Amino acid sequence: MGNEEAVFFSRLLTEMTLSFHIIYATIGVGVPLMIMLAQYVGIKKNDEHYILMARRWARGFVITVAVGVVTGTAIGLQLSLLWPNFMELAGQVIALPLFMETFAFFFEAIFLGIYLYTWDRFENQKKHLLLLVPVAVGAGMSAVFITIVNAFMNAPQGFDMVNGELVNINPLLAMLNPAMPTKVAHVVSTALMTSAFVLAAIGAFRLLKGSNHIYHKKAVYLMVKVGLVFSVATAIIGDFSGKYLAEYQPEKLAAAEWHFETSDSAPLILYGVLDDGEVKYAIEIPYALSILAHNDPTAEVIGLDQFPEDERPPLYIHYFFDVMVTIGMFMVMLSAFYVVAKWRKWKFANSRFILWLIVAGGPLSLIAIQAGWWMTEVGRQPWILRGIMTVDEAATSSGSVDIMVIAFALLYLILGIGSVVVLRRMFRNNPVEKELDKMEAERLAGESK
Amino acid sequence: MTLTLEIIGITVLWFFLFGYVIVASIDFGSGFFNAYSLLTNRQHILTKIIQRYLSPVWEVTNVFLVFFFVGIIGFFPKTAFYYGTTLLVPASIAIILLAIRGSYYAFETYGSRGHKGYSFMYGVAGLLIPASLSVVLTISEGGFIDMIDGQPVLDYQELFLSPLTWSIVVLAISATLYISAVFLTWYANKAKDGEATKLLRKYALIWSLPTMITATGIIVELRAHNPEHYANILDVWWAFLISGLLFIGTVYLLWTKRSYGFAFLLLVGQFFVAFFAYGWSHRPYLLYPYLTIYDSFTNEAMAIALIIAFIAGLGLLLPSLYLLLRLFLFNKEYVVGKKEDNHA
Repeated sequence: MGNEEAVFFSRLLTEMTLSFHIIYATIGVGVPLMIMLAQYVGIKKNDEHYILMARRWARGFVITVAVGVVTGTAIGLQLSLLWPNFMELAGQVIALPLFMETFAFFFEAIFLGIYLYTWDRFENQKKHLLLLVPVAVGAGMSAVFITIVNAFMNAPQGFDMVNGELVNINPLLAMLNPAMPTKVAHVVSTALMTSAFVLAAIGAFRLLKGSNHIYHKKAVYLMVKVGLVFSVATAIIGDFSGKYLAEYQPEKLAAAEWHFETSDSAPLILYGVLDDGEVKYAIEIPYALSILAHNDPTAEVIGLDQFPEDERPPLYIHYFFDVMVTIGMFMVMLSAFYVVAKWRKWKFANSRFILWLIVAGGPLSLIAIQAGWWMTEVGRQPWILRGIMTVDEAATSSGSVDIMVIAFALLYLILGIGSVVVLRRMFRNNPVEKELDKMEAERLAGESK
Repeated sequence: MTLTLEIIGITVLWFFLFGYVIVASIDFGSGFFNAYSLLTNRQHILTKIIQRYLSPVWEVTNVFLVFFFVGIIGFFPKTAFYYGTTLLVPASIAIILLAIRGSYYAFETYGSRGHKGYSFMYGVAGLLIPASLSVVLTISEGGFIDMIDGQPVLDYQELFLSPLTWSIVVLAISATLYISAVFLTWYANKAKDGEATKLLRKYALIWSLPTMITATGIIVELRAHNPEHYANILDVWWAFLISGLLFIGTVYLLWTKRSYGFAFLLLVGQFFVAFFAYGWSHRPYLLYPYLTIYDSFTNEAMAIALIIAFIAGLGLLLPSLYLLLRLFLFNKEYVVGKKEDNHA
């Protein structure tokens, strides 16, 4: 296998692993906070529906965490297996957050184990709730540290290059790179947003499929509210990300927005297709790109013309940008509408149409996560470490990557199907109504003693 | 011999790898015994005991391994080049097994309790993991990697035909079952489950022998395969002698059905001494003859940052681990099964 093939298959395998992992990782980062919220509301309102909600979510969460953990282990090792030259170089500067991530994860793993097995140990529910704090903190910090590594790949700093050698290495400076604040904030807030909308979608689906239980209504309303908060936060952070890109990675912004010539008062191009270098059927919003990039409608935005051809990212990332932004905006509008409608007690809020939209919101949010990652990862091409090492230089020289692609594709298929089957069976065989009846019976038995 | 950053780094990592060897052996061995008892319709004896132990700790086990490989890239980034390039296939196999084992364990435990297919899947995958991971130790002895055009290439034929490879594989599997069985004997005894204790004690005694024979055999094989390493092993012969005595102690206690807790402690001591004596004699090579801990070491700034992060991390971890063990492993009521701590 020539180097070109090894590079191609290494990219394919990494893409596959990350795309699969990110679904479970996103849920893994966001759901602990949702469980915490539900349990907190339950204690506060003394409403056992919310307590049961926390309990059921925690049960499903374990399955997704398991797949998240094992695929996370896979990508951790694949970094060295597929990109040995990159890890050899970057490891000298950015190993610290990778190392810290394992601690964060360790912390989360220990307390998740304790939390799951101590539902009935504490008289005081609040103590049990406290055990979730380290789980949520650990999950969040894992995301923070890993995203710092990714940010470093986009905006490397904290070292000097002298004759191909790294000198004056400063691990903390490398962590505090300019891409870090917006990237970390974006990843965490989208994880919370997506988790909320996925849980809302599940509740809405139950309501559509025959159950009319107030439990599901409570779940949907709570999660849409949380989703609204974080989708608005995501939009604001997205605006800051645009400003970061304009300053530090103008080629990525230019490729994503099809901004070919450097110009001031730049319009934002939404949708459209590229036909022989011509943009067709696009919506142009005047001045919007200048505002996104610099908060100034007349500011100059650097175009792709400023970069040599072999350093320009592929132009198809524009489509990923479209998908991500469209879904994000749709979710802001949908959740804002639903919350207002519920508050004003409009009947329309409970219509099947709105519920179906909420159901769609779950998978759509996950698609937006995928599109966002593809945009940022493909948008960094041809670099693996921007300005320092290209993807071609980083890849393994091993000749067996193609077979590994097949092996891992099968693995992810097995894990994907397995987790869906198990989750469905878990909740099908034990619907909310049944569990609430059981809780009621237990309580009565307790009282009559 | 001064205490250099290199030595501190590799010692820390070696500690975690040792931790992984013990915890993961218990874990994988338990999974296998569980599957085996399902298959031979003896699950009524073992499954309950095994699952009481396994359930709250499975995720923690995996972190030990992640910690080791992330740490080794951090402290010794050149390992990424040599091991990363050559281990693509063996390490990928290990990852796939780990993935199946971890997720199917969760599927069975939290999704479909008692599902035979799932139990079988994770039981077998678990046993193959030590085998596939142990190949890395074999490769580290040198003789299996050629440098071609400046790139390290693994010689599969050499690797598969070498008796050393297979001895290490057998050692990995039998040690896994031995460690696990000794631990579970103690655990079952603590849970006052006579029948399970009896069966597990039998397993422990069965697996003690192949463990010791292959371990000795490997040292003999090294004499021809890697004379330099062999000579270094002979330098610390006393450590291996201590390890052997500890082994005899464990087997004696098991045989005479006395103090299973102390027997397990001796076993940990046996593996600890042997593991560190092996590591010590392997020094300074990470990979014979290409890579030593000195020429692959990261820069000083990163090393110090990692060590500080490590100390801070331990400050957080040790109390949490203590809490976990206190709540489950050392909680009498939990072990005996009085506490009805069903998950979520």
